[in-house]
Amino acid sequence: MTPLNLFLLLSALLFSIGLAGALTRRNAILVLIGIELMLNAANINLIAFWRFGPNPEALTGVMFAIFSISVAAAEAAVGLAIILAVYRHNKTTNLNQIDTLKG
Amino acid sequence: MFLLSFLYLLLFVIPEGNLLFASRATESIMDNTNLLWLIPTLPFAGFLINGTLGRKLPRAAVSAIALLFTVLPALIVAKLWLILKADGAPLALQAVSRPWIAVSGFHVDFAFTVDHLTLIMLSIITGVGFLIHIYSVGYMAYEEGFWRFFAYLNLFMFFMLVLVLSSSFLLLFVGWEGVGLASYLLIGFYFTKDSAANAGKKAFIVNRIGDFGFLLAMFLLIAHFGSLDFNTVFSHAATTAAPFTAICLLLALGATGKSAQIPLYVWLPDAMEGPTPVSALIHAATMVTAGIYMVARCHVLFNLSPTALAVVACIGAATALLAATIGMVQNDIKRVLAYSTVSQLGYMFMACGVGAYSAGIFHVMTHAFFKALLFLAAGSVIHALGGEQDMRKMGALRKRIPITFWTMSAGVFAIAGFPFLSGFFSKDEILFQAFTAGTAVGKFAWAIGVFTAFLTSFYMFRLWFKTFFGASHVVEHNTHDHHAAHDSHGSHGVHESPLVMTAPLMILAVLAIIGGIVGVPTAFGGHNEFEHFLDPVLSSGHEVVAASSGTAIALSTVATLAFALGLGLAYQLYIRKPGTSREIAKKLQPIYSLLDHKYWVDEVYNFAIVGSLLNVSRIALSGIVDTGIVQGSIGLLSSGTGALASVTRRMQSGNIRSYAGWLALGAAAVIAITIFIH
Amino acid sequence: MSTNLLALLPELVLTITGVLVMVLEPVIPAGKSRKPLGWLAILGSLLSGLAAFYQLQIVNAQGTLTAFYSTIQIDPFSIFFHLLIAAVVLVTLLGSLDYFESPITHAGEYFALVLFGAVGMMFMTSSVELLMVFIGLEISSISTYILAGFRKGRATASESSIKYFLLGSFATAFFLYGVALIYGATGSTSIGPIAAGLAITRTPTMAILAVAMVLIGLGFKVSAAPFHVWTPDVYQGAPAPVVGLMSTAPKAAAFAVLLRFLFNGTPMLHGHWILLIEILAVASMCLGNLGALKQHDVKRLLAYSSIAHAGYLLVAFTGTHQNAVAGACFYTATYAAMNVGAFLVLSQLSGFSERIRSIEDFTGLALKRPGMSALLGFFLLSLIGIPFTGGFFGKFYVFSGALQNGHVWLGIVGLANSGVACFYYLRLLAAIYSRPTSDSVAYIPVRKVTAPAAVALAATALATLGLGILPNKLVHLVERATPTTTAAVAVQPTQQ
Repeated sequence: MTPLNLFLLLSALLFSIGLAGALTRRNAILVLIGIELMLNAANINLIAFWRFGPNPEALTGVMFAIFSISVAAAEAAVGLAIILAVYRHNKTTNLNQIDTLKG
Repeated sequence: MFLLSFLYLLLFVIPEGNLLFASRATESIMDNTNLLWLIPTLPFAGFLINGTLGRKLPRAAVSAIALLFTVLPALIVAKLWLILKADGAPLALQAVSRPWIAVSGFHVDFAFTVDHLTLIMLSIITGVGFLIHIYSVGYMAYEEGFWRFFAYLNLFMFFMLVLVLSSSFLLLFVGWEGVGLASYLLIGFYFTKDSAANAGKKAFIVNRIGDFGFLLAMFLLIAHFGSLDFNTVFSHAATTAAPFTAICLLLALGATGKSAQIPLYVWLPDAMEGPTPVSALIHAATMVTAGIYMVARCHVLFNLSPTALAVVACIGAATALLAATIGMVQNDIKRVLAYSTVSQLGYMFMACGVGAYSAGIFHVMTHAFFKALLFLAAGSVIHALGGEQDMRKMGALRKRIPITFWTMSAGVFAIAGFPFLSGFFSKDEILFQAFTAGTAVGKFAWAIGVFTAFLTSFYMFRLWFKTFFGASHVVEHNTHDHHAAHDSHGSHGVHESPLVMTAPLMILAVLAIIGGIVGVPTAFGGHNEFEHFLDPVLSSGHEVVAASSGTAIALSTVATLAFALGLGLAYQLYIRKPGTSREIAKKLQPIYSLLDHKYWVDEVYNFAIVGSLLNVSRIALSGIVDTGIVQGSIGLLSSGTGALASVTRRMQSGNIRSYAGWLALGAAAVIAITIFIH
Repeated sequence: MSTNLLALLPELVLTITGVLVMVLEPVIPAGKSRKPLGWLAILGSLLSGLAAFYQLQIVNAQGTLTAFYSTIQIDPFSIFFHLLIAAVVLVTLLGSLDYFESPITHAGEYFALVLFGAVGMMFMTSSVELLMVFIGLEISSISTYILAGFRKGRATASESSIKYFLLGSFATAFFLYGVALIYGATGSTSIGPIAAGLAITRTPTMAILAVAMVLIGLGFKVSAAPFHVWTPDVYQGAPAPVVGLMSTAPKAAAFAVLLRFLFNGTPMLHGHWILLIEILAVASMCLGNLGALKQHDVKRLLAYSSIAHAGYLLVAFTGTHQNAVAGACFYTATYAAMNVGAFLVLSQLSGFSERIRSIEDFTGLALKRPGMSALLGFFLLSLIGIPFTGGFFGKFYVFSGALQNGHVWLGIVGLANSGVACFYYLRLLAAIYSRPTSDSVAYIPVRKVTAPAAVALAATALATLGLGILPNKLVHLVERATPTTTAAVAVQPTQQ
């Protein structure tokens, strides 16, 4: 197996683990962590494609990854704030208990 | 909102119009072109003025404005007739704006055309419309929302005129939807009354089904002709390989919606919840004939599809019969007239179906006269009785409201087919054309038509006798809260209506009597002028059958016999031996109750369409998961673990995690589809 | 002015105004009205609209502008969306100036967040670089996540916010993964090079997978079924003016990205994605309309209706390239006009506290608020698609485009759906125009419609009417908007 394929496999696994985490966890923070894993899987892909791509000397992939990491960080900050607001209201971060809007 | 649209008009439409006129100023036709624009614009102006300022204006001003902006188009139409007389040549005026829509591939102009067919329709709409406006001034005099009524009425006139003036399917559709909207507003005029609001809604929804057909037909036309312009489509029709049967059937579906034919006629009887002048104008004289007009306008297409024509003929015949049978047992005076309208529209449809388009339009015209008359007269009766609509509580009114009686009699005799009145000639023409069409469908339609003529005569005279003859069942001093929201005309005993209401009745009565003269067939020494007048437009349609005048007279005799039979039967049942009708009803209980419940069509529709829609929505939203996927897989995987089954996970459970699950499932499906299907 | 600066002028104006609002917010003493900040934000969105107009002049004279190493492209297509977004933001701000009943100390943040969100949306439409699109998407999403929960102190608000946030980030992960895959398959993340790279790619399956994942991410943003589940809940909990904004502007931006990406970036895979689009369109129309049938909460009803409208919009994608762009642009504009209008009426009627929300509450409204009822009725009629309203022509373009391209059954499904749709719009309309039940009207608080809100309402009503009467004016603009690709940079496919 070529190194690229190994990295792709790793990223696919990471994505799946994140997905599984986001789907199965009840705690909002853990769901958020799952989503972060999915985003990072994409970052691994970006870097792997760059490193084993045709022109690894032009730092494109790294740039992409840095961009997406910083954006994801901003998102996580806002997300945690929202989770905090929810916690203040419901005294829980259990997603199963946040279901007043439905139908 | 009204103010906004007015401003809008001022800002955008008018300058553009001016540009348009300026660019065409050199052409000699300019005057007449301007006239075409004015015809619909004037009622619209009336709508805007009454809609914006009406609330604050005195009633006299509101009615003056409404009348002014209705009489002016009528005058313009008269001018068009003068132009026609002066020219001698067939009239064909066009007014075209700059491109209205120009999408890649096809464009539509905002264009109006006047030819002979349009001219007839214009005359009916503006003429009858004006009379009904006059009548309404008296009828609505004490109603709340007087201004609103006239604003809507003018809006209706605007859309109806656009409908008949348009020279493309798209603009026709705009008018088509517009009249539907105006009709919705007017049926629901007494919006605080639940039945009225529901009737408006029903009319709107049923018409949407028809519009669905119309829209699909338009899209097919775009696909095959690349245009929606009448001229382009019709002139290329013969040489284009398009699915004409499909297009025509879809158009016919649209027409069945607007013209209240099977299967979509159910809205019209309910539409009687609107004020009576509205029933007269929209649900008898003009809007409901839009379907007939559209079919006649598209006769080029329909002639290319014998199947579609046969379907139209059968629908027409079946509707005529069905509505007439229901009309026989109704007790609400307006409902009798409503079913009669449906039945008469069936005749017109039948005429189109056997290719006798001009006969259909002829009947549109005579029907506009006598049915508007009948409705207005019925309105006058209702007015006289302080809002009473039940014929069982009428009787012996002929002395007490003589003008209404005499004018209504003219209408009754005309619709029933009394020889040499307007209805006689137009109905005869349809039956004659059906009989001589030379097809089995034609003969069948004729037979049903004759039988329906008998029924028509029966139920119309039933109405006549029950209302004006026999013993009086009038409950004196009707308090107006009986039909509270409907006609709050106070309780000052039975009285004749004021002149502002009876004058239109008298004019219409004259028209109902002599209106047929323009179409006297050769067999009776006439020249069938009406048909020849429409020749330039409809000539490519039905071949003129050179039937002997003997056949014509024989057929007329049959129809007259049907009339006489109906009259005789009604006389027997309601004058000679009143009460027999009740016995008969008792004896034929199943049939009577079938008719009384209008064949349970409403119930079936409700159950089949509305019910199933709600069911589908319930199943789609909550059922799939519970009953389908989850329970199904449970059934497969394990042997009914009840604990899991009780976990009702619905699509919109409110639970974020199940939402995420749906997202993931959707994503998986999308990925699977992209990769594996191809 | 340098090209780089010029290309981002509208976004820059909005950013600067947004920052100014944020900086001034703490300076204003607590308890004092935040209205001046609102006016500042309005000024900013107005200026940004003007900047977009200025760009249009430049583009008319000099042709398409590209900036920042060909990652930003200003052409009539992006300018159209800039103008649309600026207009929606302007109208929303005008309508929400007096939305906050009691002076809330953090009202300034609201104005700033709306502006920042608009920056992201505009950025999405002018980027031809998927990573840039991602950044724009995140800027707009993060702002709307917060805005959705802006009715602080209400349980539904924070629930709405967290639902939107978690599911939104979830979908974003798919989008980013798709971008990464397309980078692998074609060696680039720019629209033009992607098209070139696809022609010679050695991993077509990966490219197809990438397209599917990008579609999932954007499908979520436009709330196309089956990625629509969040929509009703989030719309129900979010403040009415914000729903008006987020049901139109971010959707418009996402549709713009989709148009560029699918038609310019991956025309090679047309056969693959067209099927997906059809499925999404049918699912959205059906689920949206069926879902709306049984709703009682008006905001929720309109949320389902917005899912259905996303479906109609997706139908546009099945036309030819030019028809698709023209149809989608036109529909986006009309939908924006009528939906923002409808939500403006809702927010004016029910206010920040949202005391009237269910259809029953609206019973007999016409007697108490005839003007507002007429306006809402007009918007509902446009949503149904009655002629002489923008809604009619929107549907007309979209469906005629699809049918011309041979998608007859899609047209039939769409038209049947628009027939079903009139059931629930009419249910609301009939409730408004019917006899008030004993107490429904009585407790509708009459809020005075202030001048800015009146202007906003008038603007949306005029736009809806104008698009119905003179659609040609806009059609000319959108037909010019067919996006063009940047000159394809020579790229080699990834070696594997």
